[in-house]
Amino acid sequence: MKIVDIAIIGGGPAGLAAAVAAREEGVQNILIIERDNELGGILNQCIHNGFGLHTFKEELTGPEYAGRYIEKVKEMEIPYLLHTIVIDIADNKVITVMNKEQGMFQIEAKAVILAMGCRERSRGALNIPGYRPAGIYSSGTAQRYVNMEGRMPGRKVVILGSGDIGLIMARRMTLEGAEVKVVAELMPYSGGLKRNIVQCLDDFGIPLKLSHTVVDIKGKKRVEGVTLAKVDENRRPIPGTEEFYECDTLLLSCGLIPENEISSQMGVELNPVTSGPVVNESLETNVEGVFACGNVLHVHDLVDYVSEEAKKAGENAAAYVQGSLKENRRQIPLKGENGVRYTVPCSIDVGRMEEKQVVRFRVGNVYKDKYLCIYYNDECISRKKKRVMAPGEMEQVILLKSKLEEHGDLERITIRLEEA
Amino acid sequence: MYDVTVIGAGVTGSAIARELSKYEYNVLVLEKNSDVCEGTSKANSGIVHAGFDAKPGSMMARMNVRGNQMMEQLSKDLDFSFRRNGSMVLCFDENDLGKLEALLEKGKKNGVPGLRILSKEEAKEMEPNLTDDMAAALFAPTGGIVCPFGLTIAMAENACENGVQFQLNTEVNNVVRRDDSYVLETDRGEIETKIVINAAGVYADRFHNMVSDDKMEIIPRKGEYCLMDKKVGTFVNSTIFQLPTIYGKGVLVTPTVHGNLLAGPTAVDIEDKENTQTTGDGLAELMKKVQISTPGIPLRQTITSFTGLRAHWTEHEFLIKEVEEAPGFIDVAGIESPGLTSAPAIGEYVAELVQGIMPMGKKENFKATRKGIPNVAEASFEERQELIRKNPAYANVICRCEVVTEGEIMDAIHRPLGATTVDGVKRRTRAGMGRCQAGFCAPKTVEILARELGKDVSEITKSGEGSNYLTGYNKEDL
Repeated sequence: MKIVDIAIIGGGPAGLAAAVAAREEGVQNILIIERDNELGGILNQCIHNGFGLHTFKEELTGPEYAGRYIEKVKEMEIPYLLHTIVIDIADNKVITVMNKEQGMFQIEAKAVILAMGCRERSRGALNIPGYRPAGIYSSGTAQRYVNMEGRMPGRKVVILGSGDIGLIMARRMTLEGAEVKVVAELMPYSGGLKRNIVQCLDDFGIPLKLSHTVVDIKGKKRVEGVTLAKVDENRRPIPGTEEFYECDTLLLSCGLIPENEISSQMGVELNPVTSGPVVNESLETNVEGVFACGNVLHVHDLVDYVSEEAKKAGENAAAYVQGSLKENRRQIPLKGENGVRYTVPCSIDVGRMEEKQVVRFRVGNVYKDKYLCIYYNDECISRKKKRVMAPGEMEQVILLKSKLEEHGDLERITIRLEEA
Repeated sequence: MYDVTVIGAGVTGSAIARELSKYEYNVLVLEKNSDVCEGTSKANSGIVHAGFDAKPGSMMARMNVRGNQMMEQLSKDLDFSFRRNGSMVLCFDENDLGKLEALLEKGKKNGVPGLRILSKEEAKEMEPNLTDDMAAALFAPTGGIVCPFGLTIAMAENACENGVQFQLNTEVNNVVRRDDSYVLETDRGEIETKIVINAAGVYADRFHNMVSDDKMEIIPRKGEYCLMDKKVGTFVNSTIFQLPTIYGKGVLVTPTVHGNLLAGPTAVDIEDKENTQTTGDGLAELMKKVQISTPGIPLRQTITSFTGLRAHWTEHEFLIKEVEEAPGFIDVAGIESPGLTSAPAIGEYVAELVQGIMPMGKKENFKATRKGIPNVAEASFEERQELIRKNPAYANVICRCEVVTEGEIMDAIHRPLGATTVDGVKRRTRAGMGRCQAGFCAPKTVEILARELGKDVSEITKSGEGSNYLTGYNKEDL
């Protein structure tokens, strides 16, 4: 059986950055396992710009951003397998994989980094009523067709969901000659970045209908139209508000779901809020030596944060195989409440943490002029006014090791929103 | 001139075709859709009913019990998925216990083996997720679950291998009697045949009424379903029915033979025979009703919802006989539940009817068995390695959710009656049936179909003419 120090599942932005970081820490025997035909993951189909402002201080397209990391991986001669699927990871970290060239075989890893990314929520999961014709695509599928194959999945388009990929595709499809009639969003706010609403919808005169959903899909063979309706505060369609839009395509951009099927099969505990693994300060899951980063951990808004997070996962996995990752002594639970939907990490071992610990989270609604508070046990130790917070944008706070050490009796850390 | 022409390649038509292929008949099956199993057969509960529900002495009861008996051996012969998981009918109210007893008696009369009444405690021990608000249950150990696509496609393929011709994309517009035979006027020309078998599902009334003055009506009875993720596929083990109450006929919850959880169907009579749309109201009603049996059912794990149309005859009985004033025209109509279970028995019975009209010798070289597409997902490590050695494409996973490989998709395309559409590939291999509902694999499946069929990707459809995936090239319309 092939034996490696670190196996990285997924060769997208998270896997690549983790691999580079682990190698920089001196781990030689690394293997990236990628299911697609090239490294780079979903970035390869994100041909728009806006990537890399934090990481490289310049604006890159998705393939360019991925390219920077792919070059490093190649320069460092980090081994990788392409079009190779992981069938199973046993809890002793024996990975069963298969590909056309080598058939099916097993790899034993000392540490594993989960970096499989996420998938889009489907029409079925949304339970949208109507017929089931051709012409209903997730935005990512449409993006692949248009950006990688030069093919149009439709001419007249309605988009449900204002997630970033949907917004990006509204602009892309328009530029490629389609008519994007409307973007409907179930929630009273957009799920995407503000800049994407401005640059992808407003600049092209595409209306965004908040608190609207699709209540019917017409067309037996191919989509012929969809009916939108306004929804009430409980997200139920309001009778009498139906509006019919003639179109041949419905794109869905209604949320991303981390792909953790193989993680949960190997016993990794998942957070029901994020659908990603529960991790500690080292981005280590409940299975020792198994780390997670990128969109498989929680869905990010910017790839720059994925790279940053993955770098940490790579460094910690390296420390783990080198025996320098400190022993896990006492994990202090960290949780979000009152508008803070979740936190990554979910717990912190003060002995293991670095001087500065970034805690990332998302809020559950659009909040204006709220105070973002950090509690050690029942004591509020930080209270900062935030002008606006929205679910579409990831938020962060930084915890200091020195401060945490001052609280010897720390039982829990809570991050919450409060009124003025 | 054909000896026998079957109108409709659903489960019934396919079962009849397979039985007829045991004899030296020259058989043609006509199907208006682009594939077999495109109507009622593709959207139903996938249940192999024990047979306690049908009226004793009825054709329904007879076919159901016989079909149930045949299913196990057939699944081995033709290599499709079938499991006897048992079924339960829940009684929610002490006052309805009499009805449960009556059902038991009816089942006994129909010859259903092993029926027994379970106390609430016994039922809950077997199925911990059942409601506390129940009185008792009828248990039928012979109840089962089957893959409706697997069953239909297996029988059709086997018929095809044994010489039956299938002509797809052909709609019959009229049936005219000429001398001792029939002329079927189709959108692709006329077809002459000695015997016609009307297995047209919801359209069976249309063909019956072309040759008979004794008019009949088949009402499409719409049923909506929710299919849940395999993660929650073991929520129940047996098929859970509800005893009809004052609130109407109940819905069922069952594991599917592939390990998903299925809830449905609603029952609404409609007029449009093509109306397979799901509705907000229908799905809401379904969700409400299924929680009566299993309050904790994880409906949030729904991966898709769909609608099927039962071919409901106003008499609620299977009409399987030669039309009196049209010798050689055999109706196989009103095949609603338990039609899927009954199909193999109906096939057998119709073959006897045909034998009665036009006796024919048995084929010497009839091939009774058929091997399905290898299932990489369920194969052992060694079996997989063996498959990959034969064809490396069995190592290239296309559908991640269901672990379906390029090799299996290529098989699905190149088999007898092979897939020509994405839905066809899906029903033969499960590619796209998983939790992402083809988000990742549809473009790849389209590409493989195009490559293997020598077409451009723009010509590939979801389910036949007019259901193309792509509309053109970038910037074409600028």
